[in-house]
Amino acid sequence: MTEKKTLPSGHSQILQMEMHGITKRFPGVVANFKVDFDVRAGEVHALLGENGAGKSTLMKVLYGMYQPDEGQIKLDGTPVTIHSPVDSIKQGIGMIHQHFMLVESLTVAENVALGMPSTRGPLTDLKKVSARIYELAEIYGLRVDPDAYVWQLAVGQQQRVEIIKALYRGAALLILDEPTAVLTPQEVDEFFVTMRQMVTDGHALIFISHKLHEVLDISNRVSVLRDGEMIGTIPTQGATKTQLAEMMVGRPLGEIKIRQQSKTSQTRLVLQDVCSQSDRGTPALKNVSFEVCAGEILGVAGVSGNGQKELAEVITGMRPVTSGKIILDTQDVTGKSPKVLMGRSLSYIPEERMRDGMIKEFTVAENLILREHDQMPFSRRGFLDLKAISEHSEGLIQDYNVKTPSLETTVKSLSGGNIQKLVLAREISRRPHTLIAAQPTRGLDIGATEYVHHRLLEQREAGTATLLISEDLDEIMALSDRIAVIFEGEIMGVVPRDQATAEQIGLLMAGVAETAAK
Amino acid sequence: MEKWRQSETVSRLLDAMLPVYATLAALGVGAVMLLLLGANPLEAFGALLEGAFGSTNALADTVVKATPLLLIGLGICISFRGNVINIGGEGQMIVGALTATALGLAFPESPGIVMIPLAMILGFLGGALWGGIPGALKAYFNVNEILSTIMMNAIAVQLMNFLLSGPMIDPIQAARDSQIPQTARLAAQFDLPRLIPTRLHLGALIAVVLAVAVYFLLWRTTLGYRIRAVGQNPHASRYAGIDVKRQIVFALLLSGAFAGLAGAVQVFGVNHRMITDGSATGFTGSAGFNGIVAALFGQLHPLGTIPASFLFGALLVGANKLQRVVQVPSAVIIALNGLVVVFVVSSEIFRRRREQKRLTDAMISQSEDGPPPDIPAPANVEGTP
Repeated sequence: MTEKKTLPSGHSQILQMEMHGITKRFPGVVANFKVDFDVRAGEVHALLGENGAGKSTLMKVLYGMYQPDEGQIKLDGTPVTIHSPVDSIKQGIGMIHQHFMLVESLTVAENVALGMPSTRGPLTDLKKVSARIYELAEIYGLRVDPDAYVWQLAVGQQQRVEIIKALYRGAALLILDEPTAVLTPQEVDEFFVTMRQMVTDGHALIFISHKLHEVLDISNRVSVLRDGEMIGTIPTQGATKTQLAEMMVGRPLGEIKIRQQSKTSQTRLVLQDVCSQSDRGTPALKNVSFEVCAGEILGVAGVSGNGQKELAEVITGMRPVTSGKIILDTQDVTGKSPKVLMGRSLSYIPEERMRDGMIKEFTVAENLILREHDQMPFSRRGFLDLKAISEHSEGLIQDYNVKTPSLETTVKSLSGGNIQKLVLAREISRRPHTLIAAQPTRGLDIGATEYVHHRLLEQREAGTATLLISEDLDEIMALSDRIAVIFEGEIMGVVPRDQATAEQIGLLMAGVAETAAK
Repeated sequence: MEKWRQSETVSRLLDAMLPVYATLAALGVGAVMLLLLGANPLEAFGALLEGAFGSTNALADTVVKATPLLLIGLGICISFRGNVINIGGEGQMIVGALTATALGLAFPESPGIVMIPLAMILGFLGGALWGGIPGALKAYFNVNEILSTIMMNAIAVQLMNFLLSGPMIDPIQAARDSQIPQTARLAAQFDLPRLIPTRLHLGALIAVVLAVAVYFLLWRTTLGYRIRAVGQNPHASRYAGIDVKRQIVFALLLSGAFAGLAGAVQVFGVNHRMITDGSATGFTGSAGFNGIVAALFGQLHPLGTIPASFLFGALLVGANKLQRVVQVPSAVIIALNGLVVVFVVSSEIFRRRREQKRLTDAMISQSEDGPPPDIPAPANVEGTP
């Protein structure tokens, strides 16, 4: 073992962290079973696994949020017990959560100082904190303004604040929980530069991600968890995407095959110079025009917050159009209510499925009739027909392979993948002419994502016109017939899939229009 | 999976018992309070039980006291399920009583079999009006319903005082130039029939039947489905094509209607005239507020509100006896009731926590079912960061 160095942040290094035989049980389930995991200074160790495979549990054990039932954690060879996150921070372990733990109404410096004892007793020492933030920003190349309010910052910048926060607290070992999920391809590259810098400086990094190409790109070693057990740890060099994916899922994966576009491409959805405003009253969509044909998937790529949410809401009647026209099956439906649009055979897979798609306190059956709760056969003269409802729901649950203890289970107790299957079941089983799918696989694991893709393509075969809005460029590239790129509420260009390259789309996503002309 | 469901049933049962534990804990604190006042808590609680359940008459009084609580509680179940906070039970009860009484006074010659149902319906409508106004204000002008229902209470009290000492005043009182605000006694044939030879009247039965009806309304009708949907998630409801504003109006309107009915039942079943001391409580006995507590106690379930109202009725009736027997200031009784409310409402927090834990466990055990195992973290699902 090499000599312990001092990190550029001034704190001491963790040369090796080992977890031995970690078992963590919850009532009725073993979340981790005899898991061995380790990370060394100067490496990125990627931790892969589907949701529910036990990654979070393992990391929460390391971060002191859970106590293991069995097993041991060693830091530089010495067994330690980590009682709480406060404890783990003291030991030099930091964690960047997928959902940032920042107070939006406070400044960067205030956020960093939050929960730390001030050197001035009851008074704040924000000047000192700011100076230190500048220092750390300098050392690690993390540009942030300590006086900026967090709400003013872009997602990528907020992430830098999280990292600074951890470094400020002396983290030598960092757990990065899906840090790239919210970033653009360009931001990811930037983030990787930071990660590489930290590794060179002697930090130990644990990288959790779903995106296999990122894991292959940045890590030195990869460990795969499945059903709470460690499937294996392999060096990244020589590993392939397919190999990793199959380790995760435990079976060979099907491939997405795009068939030829159907010949009778009847136009289903047309947007003509549609403008709309955001919740804050600022222009969110600027003269958006495109059309989607039957049997076609039009992918809308773009970085989060460039008008995708408003686009989906405008088409589905949830948000007023300030100018322009929306035509559905040759009829002008501008300004029509969601109910009318539903009658025109429009279905919607909303971006925020727990907010717009499901009522989480309602049962599975109640949610499956949400759109048609007042129609025959579910409602007769104002009374619900429970038998018809449960028969309908039973059928959908089987068809869509939803795992639920019963029809009476509340939706909030289901997993994300199963909830999305319920949304799909409700929206697709209506055999829509037009389908708006907004971020349909966000937060889902590989298995569930694969399922959603399969269903979307099935709809395409069946002649549905699909608008696929996604921030996952891989998804857009894999499923779309044509790709539209949205940037600051404008469509930067529409490119046929076979002529599109990731670089070109990436540039358009960043608002560089010139290349689109070709 | 079967095992999980079983333990869930047990867990749910424990949850349903929580208010009972909370009540016991409140009485425990009450015991300390009584000790400090030099009273014997055992004797005091003995008197309380005796007063509430000690005889047929006592039991009947308990049920009579519980009846308006249950009726108002049913309305509260509807509005709170629709995420509309109705604090206006007092005012709605008063207006319901006023409309029903006015009808009764106007047609003193009509037969009871005609008048009683009509008066109940009119009381129902009066309350509906008084609840519907704040409902419409909330739905269409975004006026906070907590404020507006409280304001409507104040208006109702003044309306009552004006009517009872003016247009609707008892002619006998008027002849004596008396200041007592009360109406004449309603014709005897309008008295709600007694169920047994006590003060127990038909109103109690009506309330229990309506509890079942409200259960059906909420879980078996399209209207109930919509009210609950809007209460849980207005976004998803709007997307599902539900007119969110209209459901808000309905929720408050129905809630007010039940309070109005409680007022009518109180007049026709108990007082047989409207009488007040100039305050809302003078007529309602705070039923408009206690009904909220009873509904929360019953976990906003119409059927759960039945025993909850009964318990509160017992506390109210038993407290009278307690006061007489152990000679403590009446403030102690109010404090005791207050303690029960605080403990019960706090126990709701425990219930939520347990539910959360149950959820987490359920989600983890679900990922057992294997491929594809899915997310155990709802945070991932809730949407954009």
